[in-house]
Amino acid sequence: MLWVDKYRPRSLDKVTVHEEIAQNLKKLVSEQDCPHLLFYGPSGSGKKTLIMALLKEMFGASAEKVKLEQKAWKINAGTRTIELELTMLASTHHVELTPSDAGFQDRYIVQEVIKEMAKNRPIDSKGKKGFKVLVLNEVDKLSKEAQHSLRRTMEKYSASCRLILCCNSSSRVTEAVRSRCLNVCVNAPSDEQIIKVLELISKKESLQVPPGFTERIAAQSNRSLRRAVLAFETCRVQQYPFTMNQAIPPMDWELYVSGIASDIMKEQSPKRLFQVRGKIYELLVNCIPPEIILKKLLSELLKKLDSELKHEICHWAAYYEHRMRLGQKAIFHIEAFVAKFMSIYKEFLIATFG
Amino acid sequence: MAPLIPSSQPWVEKYRPKQVKDVAHQEEVIRVLTNTLETANCPHMLFYGPPGTGKTTTALAIAHQLFGPELYKSRVLELNASDDRGINVVRTKIKDFAAVAVGSGNRQSGYPCPPFKIIILDEADSMTEDAQNALRRTMETYSKVTRFFFICNYISRIIEPLASRCAKFRFKPLPEEVMSSRILHICNEEGLNLDREALSTLNSISEGDLRRAITYLQSTARLYGSSLSSKDLISISGVIPQDTVQTLFAACKSGEFDAANKEAGNVIAEGYPVSQMLYRLLEVIVSSDDISDLQKARICKRLAEADKCLIDGADEYLQLMDVVSHTMRALCDMPQDMKFH
Repeated sequence: MLWVDKYRPRSLDKVTVHEEIAQNLKKLVSEQDCPHLLFYGPSGSGKKTLIMALLKEMFGASAEKVKLEQKAWKINAGTRTIELELTMLASTHHVELTPSDAGFQDRYIVQEVIKEMAKNRPIDSKGKKGFKVLVLNEVDKLSKEAQHSLRRTMEKYSASCRLILCCNSSSRVTEAVRSRCLNVCVNAPSDEQIIKVLELISKKESLQVPPGFTERIAAQSNRSLRRAVLAFETCRVQQYPFTMNQAIPPMDWELYVSGIASDIMKEQSPKRLFQVRGKIYELLVNCIPPEIILKKLLSELLKKLDSELKHEICHWAAYYEHRMRLGQKAIFHIEAFVAKFMSIYKEFLIATFG
Repeated sequence: MAPLIPSSQPWVEKYRPKQVKDVAHQEEVIRVLTNTLETANCPHMLFYGPPGTGKTTTALAIAHQLFGPELYKSRVLELNASDDRGINVVRTKIKDFAAVAVGSGNRQSGYPCPPFKIIILDEADSMTEDAQNALRRTMETYSKVTRFFFICNYISRIIEPLASRCAKFRFKPLPEEVMSSRILHICNEEGLNLDREALSTLNSISEGDLRRAITYLQSTARLYGSSLSSKDLISISGVIPQDTVQTLFAACKSGEFDAANKEAGNVIAEGYPVSQMLYRLLEVIVSSDDISDLQKARICKRLAEADKCLIDGADEYLQLMDVVSHTMRALCDMPQDMKFH
């Protein structure tokens, strides 16, 4: 088992990073009832861990016995029927799904599928916990229509169903949905907290860690606990016992992106642009999200540029990322950014060095 | 449906005024509507104003007071943004409902029961222009038996022909005293302990929106028990602390790109919503005296663009960085565009 899963806190009491939030959540569900919840925060900050621990707190161990279901839904939308296939994780008490998987048809998922599930209340002999929990991932990726439909569902079936929403950026969740939930902000763990967790793991695994090693991992992890733990395990696999100046391997794709960055710094020509296109395609077919590629590319470029150029490049990165969101084909926009960078940089070089 | 557990009912619903005269701080509207109750006659109405000022409450209250619980179902049609309100619905559902004639009601029940029905269109500004256009003639044709209540936040998004057919009422944001008295009333009922400082914090974070204030109050009461401090309220509301805004602004002023980049990264890592950050930055920039008007204009222009991009779903970090870099250039009087010649 990966360390990320092995050392994931299973109950609210064992949560170490967001202790305060965990205690608050515990208080919240102690009265056999809870409001709708909205967890938001950057990835790798522990939203999912908190949710799973919360479910365990509410329903006991049975919440952990989940099974993966692939279900096909037939939805009657006026004139036509729409067939959707949806993967969900379900236990006896909760269902977890990612409605944004359905793309532009997510509205139907919310209106039909979620409504259907919300309507049916679970039968419980003890007469308490008379509600089931729906965990919805990536709510920020839902379309506006879907979010609007969600709000009526939230109110209408609040007696039999609680929603736990999970997303990265709360700006993209409409105010109406946000104001119906108790918002829980899960911030990224600080470097010290990451170091603490890494030390805990090394103690449990009885590893000898040279001083300064965990600090370096934490610094490289970009405040994402998941990445830190993964990197730690990779180091363990690569070389043990650890040495003082052992390199912490960055992710493959990151190396690749910094390769692209130095490529376009070296030469600005249509030929180089064509070569870079191949590399970007390579990244895209390996399922690296385009906005992450663009962001990484930007940060790599920013490391090498003069400060006057930084402003300009930063602006164009934002510009093309926005266009990418409105458009369909990510490759066009990443390439446009690369071309724009080349032209600006070349102009700058000519102006400075003649 | 199972009976609602009493504690789970939102206080916003629990303390919603049931009668028109209980609605806080909107004297003109109330005067007109009380008159309506006496004469049992009213024009089409258009309520507009910021969220949480009582528009929906007023509309629902007048409908209830006019018809009473028995007739309410058959006389009032309520549609809001979560219902499908495309042009088809206007042509079928609304028109069908509007066309039905009603008798002048029996007055035995103690309610005025005027001889018309009411259609409440909540959040009317999210209706498409086509759908609004389709309503025009419907409103006039059936004006004998149907009254329309439009409720919206932005009157500019209601097409002129509709607006001119209605009596318009603007709902004012609630001033602090009115908010405080309502909040204290709820605290009394729920047995909460709210000190003066917490009350003023609640006032400032809710920005005249009573619904938001009550929601915060309830969430905080759930988490922290019956005695609330202003710190608890802030942590629940997810408001960005003033220090964070100031640090970011200071980084912009310093003119050092990398420092600003780091601060922006921090804002994202702490999970603060960037749309709110932009708003807070705007406040700081507009209110500070040592920035020239031209600089302010430059920054504001970019802020507006970034806000639009965020609504389109653009990446938060990149947009924030762009704003920060523009702000920095404006503050340090660097040129807006690169010129190499």
